Amino acid sequence: MIEWFTTLQVIVACAAGVLCIVLGLAKRLPGDVSMGAVAVVELLLVAQLVIAIVAPLVGNEPSGSLPEFYIYLISALILPLAGGFWALVERNRWSTVILGGVCLAIAVMVYRMGQIWFVQGA
Amino acid sequence: MSAREHGTETGGARRMSGAGRVLVFVYGVLALAATGRSVFQIIDRFHEAPIAFSLSAVAAVVYIVATIALVARGVVWFRVAWITITFELVGVLVVGSLSLFAPAVLGLHDIDPFGRDATVWSVFGMGYLFIPLALPVLGLLWLRSHRPSAAPDGAR
Repeated sequence: MIEWFTTLQVIVACAAGVLCIVLGLAKRLPGDVSMGAVAVVELLLVAQLVIAIVAPLVGNEPSGSLPEFYIYLISALILPLAGGFWALVERNRWSTVILGGVCLAIAVMVYRMGQIWFVQGA
Repeated sequence: MSAREHGTETGGARRMSGAGRVLVFVYGVLALAATGRSVFQIIDRFHEAPIAFSLSAVAAVVYIVATIALVARGVVWFRVAWITITFELVGVLVVGSLSLFAPAVLGLHDIDPFGRDATVWSVFGMGYLFIPLALPVLGLLWLRSHRPSAAPDGAR
């Protein structure tokens, strides 16, 4: 895990979450902006997955439990897909709010992943 | 049957309409969080705090059932939702209090809600931003104001 990338990811996920919740409460249906924000969050998670696979091979070992880390990472990867699917099926503003909820949940999970990698057991 | 197609604001006809969907979503995420964590804890270190981790797993199952019960329609599921959500409220209050004042009863080594023994209900769900404490209250309020109207919904 790369510290600055993780920090960036938490900030982006929080921003995307707040954006989607504001859009949803402003009665906007899921659209290019909200779905795009979620897509960016998902993209960063995929990048994080690649980093997590490569890092231990180049000597960047997690201080905590790797399985626990992956439970978070894989759950986080699934959430935007589930939320996005829901947003396509249920076309109303609450789906936009839910997309925001997905992003905020991911922000918390990435933060926890950072703790597992850098702090736990160290 | 047409109530289903009308979707958002039909009130009692379908419990998870409008803002209720957000409630269901948060329940889903918490179910996922509790399941992931308890499965990992049980596989990795069950012997360290068997009572706490078993409770964790029970909590996870209850969250999953509650999520389904909120989505599903009909009088029976409504009752299931009542029971599971009440169970959650009792659980978070009892386990939360025990983890604070008598952690030894649960076999916990510390009361750190972020520590390695932590469960969803430890310290009233502090490790989960107190969502486990707020959610059953919101859930019960939601159920109270969205009783299934006996005729079209239950008869189905």
